[in-house]
Amino acid sequence: MIAILFSILLWAIATALLLVAWRRRDGTAREALSRGWREFVWLLPRLTLGIIGAGFIARLLPEEAVSAYLGAESGWIGLMIATAAGALTPGGPVVGFSIAGAALKAGAGLPQVIGYVTAWSLLSFNRILVWELPIMARWFIGLRLMVSVPLPLIAGAIAMWVT
Amino acid sequence: MSGVVVENVTLLLGILPKVAAGCLIGALITLLVPREMVVKLVGSESGLRGLIIATIAGILVPGGPFTVFPITVAFLAIGADRGAAIAFVTAWHVVGLNRAIIWEMPFFGHEFVFTRMAISVAFPLLAGVLARLVPWPRASKESGT
Repeated sequence: MIAILFSILLWAIATALLLVAWRRRDGTAREALSRGWREFVWLLPRLTLGIIGAGFIARLLPEEAVSAYLGAESGWIGLMIATAAGALTPGGPVVGFSIAGAALKAGAGLPQVIGYVTAWSLLSFNRILVWELPIMARWFIGLRLMVSVPLPLIAGAIAMWVT
Repeated sequence: MSGVVVENVTLLLGILPKVAAGCLIGALITLLVPREMVVKLVGSESGLRGLIIATIAGILVPGGPFTVFPITVAFLAIGADRGAAIAFVTAWHVVGLNRAIIWEMPFFGHEFVFTRMAISVAFPLLAGVLARLVPWPRASKESGT
């Protein structure tokens, strides 16, 4: 039910924005439709591979090992393992989210998966090498990493506390 | 084996309309919102208000690292405060709507994403405040490059 409401809300926002763009009558709406379509076509094969791949990874992950190392009972040690794993996961969002989604299905605890996703988002060495180092100043990357290191552990700790 | 495929193809078909809407909204926001306006709001004298605005901008900004990092560099180059720049990047990383809708919801569903976001919503402000407090040499030659 909530999924349907969310879809309706999204399309309402898209329609409203499209109307604003269309009223400009300068080709903005057409340009947006074409850019949006290109993005969608670019994403489609990646999402398909990622989602179906995640289904298979979930079947292949050794459930006992995942729940032993990353299960809800693994506590702080599991959270630290998950944080390190998140920072070290190579590849883009398909890889990171596929692994995390599969781990959750295979019995990993919610705090550990939240720690993993947060660490992957903020500290992924892959994104730092590929995107940040070529674009951003080194001092900025260093400062950003320093203030971000505690955040996956804080996120996992709050998740442990609320669940 | 085929059960896994059927199950996940169903999941994929369910999320595709949302992905399409996300792509369209992203393209529209990029074209409709003037960048200069955003930049004006997060200058070096912007205080906590600047951090909050930077956080909201990071939540809403569409696109991947290929759009977010160049925008951040532009912010810094024209004198945006380092705390605001870090709040912006952190918000895009941990509570960005674009990534959550397109990538995270398909794999985890709404409940996980909402829980994770509720937990993380203060992180951009925390990172921004920390970044302002930490004494950190800003190499002037390197800045903005």
